[in-house]
Amino acid sequence: MIISNVLKLFAGNKWGAVSIAVSFLILLLLPLLHLLPSDSAFYLSAYWITLLGKIMCFALVALALDLVWGYAGILSLGHGLYFALGGYCFGMYLMREASPDALPPFMVFLDWKALPWYWTGSQHLWWASLLVILVPGLVAFIFGYFAFRSKIKGVYFSIITQAMTFAATLLFFRNETGFGGNNGFTGFTTIMGYSITSPTTRVVLCMLTAVSLMLCFVGLRYLMSLPFGRVLGAVRDSENRLRFLGYRTQWYKLTAWTLSAVIAGIAGALYVPQVGIINPSEMGASNSIEMAVWVAMGGRGTLIGPLLGAGIVNAAKSYFTVAYPEVWLLLLGGLFIVVTLFLPYGIVGLFKQLQHSKFFAKREGK
Amino acid sequence: MLRPMLTLLLSISCLSPVFADDVVTPVAPVSTAVDAVAISPVSKFVLADFDGQMALIEHWPDSPASLENLFTALENDQLYADAKGHAYLMQSDGTFTDYVTDQKANVSADALTAISLNNAMRTAIDEHRAKAGLMAADVATRQAAATTLAADPLSVDDAILTERLKVEKAPSVLAILTRIQAQKDMASGDAKRELAGAESLASSNDPEILNLVQEKLADPSISPTLKAALTSAEHKIALKIKGSEWGGYLFSGLSMASILLLAALGLAITYGLLGVINMAHGELIMIGAYTTYVMQGLFNHYLPSIADGYLFAAIPAAFLVSAVIGMIIERIVIRPLYGRQLETLLATFGVSLILMQLVRMIFGAQNVEVANASWMSGGVIISPSLTLPYSRIAIIGFTLAVLLAVKWLISGTRFGLFVRAVTQNRQMARAIGVRSSRIDMLAFGLGSGLAGLAGCALSQIGNVGPDLGQNYIVDAFLVVVVGGVGQLLGAMLAAFGLGVSGKFLEVMMGAVLAKILLLGLIILFIQRRPQGLFAVKGRFVE
Repeated sequence: MIISNVLKLFAGNKWGAVSIAVSFLILLLLPLLHLLPSDSAFYLSAYWITLLGKIMCFALVALALDLVWGYAGILSLGHGLYFALGGYCFGMYLMREASPDALPPFMVFLDWKALPWYWTGSQHLWWASLLVILVPGLVAFIFGYFAFRSKIKGVYFSIITQAMTFAATLLFFRNETGFGGNNGFTGFTTIMGYSITSPTTRVVLCMLTAVSLMLCFVGLRYLMSLPFGRVLGAVRDSENRLRFLGYRTQWYKLTAWTLSAVIAGIAGALYVPQVGIINPSEMGASNSIEMAVWVAMGGRGTLIGPLLGAGIVNAAKSYFTVAYPEVWLLLLGGLFIVVTLFLPYGIVGLFKQLQHSKFFAKREGK
Repeated sequence: MLRPMLTLLLSISCLSPVFADDVVTPVAPVSTAVDAVAISPVSKFVLADFDGQMALIEHWPDSPASLENLFTALENDQLYADAKGHAYLMQSDGTFTDYVTDQKANVSADALTAISLNNAMRTAIDEHRAKAGLMAADVATRQAAATTLAADPLSVDDAILTERLKVEKAPSVLAILTRIQAQKDMASGDAKRELAGAESLASSNDPEILNLVQEKLADPSISPTLKAALTSAEHKIALKIKGSEWGGYLFSGLSMASILLLAALGLAITYGLLGVINMAHGELIMIGAYTTYVMQGLFNHYLPSIADGYLFAAIPAAFLVSAVIGMIIERIVIRPLYGRQLETLLATFGVSLILMQLVRMIFGAQNVEVANASWMSGGVIISPSLTLPYSRIAIIGFTLAVLLAVKWLISGTRFGLFVRAVTQNRQMARAIGVRSSRIDMLAFGLGSGLAGLAGCALSQIGNVGPDLGQNYIVDAFLVVVVGGVGQLLGAMLAAFGLGVSGKFLEVMMGAVLAKILLLGLIILFIQRRPQGLFAVKGRFVE
């Protein structure tokens, strides 16, 4: 039944659905090229496959951010925190794999004798995976509960999420926190016993990311077609009116917020084994704001837009930071300005704007 | 008959020196010769043996200035003397001048002996100078002298010490003298004096005296009465030191608060009055700091004689540069976005990235050096464990001045009236002829200029680098959020509360944990008062 419902989602726009499906299929199959012999014309090097995996992880975060910003109208400047929390949770497992019987090197360096209590069980993949969902989810739930209960919204909410990320960054920079301080986690060797740098592992991880991305995309699209999604949109447009109608909006917002944090955490967990490092700068305030520009650039509230935005910005970033490192920040800054000034509905909005320019007339009142 | 006989007798006595020596005087002929030269204190010094020289240093027969000359000559190894007691100074080219007359003297080095110093005499000279220094009119000289004496407190003369303790007024010198007195008392071995010493010590607030008392307490041979007196003295001193320590924390909390307020003041204006979230505010602060750096460079290069005054030129320059850049930003980026706060946040974040990168490209990614003006170094010494640096005092004063100026500008001028009118009801203000877009631009320029002033102040106490603004922006936003939108009083109270409580938490649990706890407390506070300390009252629901 769900499948037929999902299929119905795309019924309205057949060509769009087909192109999305084809894109996902390509993303899913592209990593396989890494398994070809390295002299083949279609061979994809480790650099490219890592880049592909990384960008897909970022696209997943962008998707998560679109859920809260595009649909519920809550701009989070702290999604880097949930991303990094997921990454750290999975990183604990990888660190234990790298030194099965001994302490991780940074703890030996600090002269610690035993693992802190919160590392308990992190040598099991299933427990680490559970933590990837539980930790960001719980942090987001507690924070969101207090924030939404007292009706903090708009800019206040954004600034507080930023302050929270800032505080967490300070905390993780400390050695005493037990997460490697400044350097974070690195030096991973194996995952489930397989070498983390072997082509097969890379391909599997990359395909796993593609599958997660696809599932999250379709799942969120389905969710947003349900009444829940409609209520979220109403929260964005006029929360007070909705409250007067009897909806308990804080629980809708809290659900979306927690779900979004969990998706961001999963993205972080997929990111760490592919990139091979996680450190506090990953959750830094500017990283988190950059995520917002991916979403804004692609187009908020469209789900497909953030994927495009994350893809384009990160592709540009990896090109420019190598070719013209000085220019990149200027470009990124310019992008922030251009997108907010001239592309209020992002790239996706631009296409639709060109298709039929009356499209936005209905949404102007916002 | 008598005359020739007398003549004969005299000539015999003259001709036989042995006879004459026995009869006339035991004084050496050399001495007679010196007397003939007119005996100067220097001659006495060069002829005396070691004990005599020490005695001469103690009781110099001539003026203090001439003694100082002698010391200088001795320390430079310039003083030479011949066997008759003539003193000569060796010049840098190897020739000699007469010590007394300062004329060129035709003597060779072979005939002279060098008068050199040994360690005991060096110490004696230092002490003598220190004692002389204690009488100096200048506090710094007296303090330096007292510090020299404190190195060997037991050798300090009782009479001088007692006298100076009576007349000395400067607390810094007095503290050292008291410490010397205390050390002498404690070492005297006289039970009565020790007891009196312990009692007088109780009024001190010097950490070193606390050490001294504790050392003495650790000595098992002291009498019970002395022990009791010392214990009570220890408690009193410890309490006073604690007090001045907390006074110090309060002061640095205050200066922290004034920095926060400076950083947040401009933000309170752009956010409170215009509803713009200016994420580039931190970078405008940074630009103010770099303007100060540039002004310093200009002054060093073109006006080295008044280089210290660069700060007075830097303050208006920082304000103007930041204000102009702010107005440009307003025209280009913010104008199309009024009323869409989240969008202004994103766009100005882009601006901040660009500004940061531009500064990196112009000045380099490293921190630049902004030197304190010399009149800002040093501080007011309240007690031995509490010094208030002038730079921090200046920042507190500067913040107050800026605050008053802003208050006056907003509530006392025509411009302020227009700003308030536009904020309250834009349509109505426009209808009666206020050019609202111009007011927007000027108000934004004012906020940006205040950021520049903050940068100028911050350059005096911290690093100036491209990331400067990033370090303050989150804190500044928190001040605005806690204080309530557009409320100067709220911003002031919030900055005060955050600065002081932040400092005290920092003392108790370390900087990072304090910061995290403070952020947690702010989140909880906003639970209670989502609109900040002073909510805007009105009918606006959203």
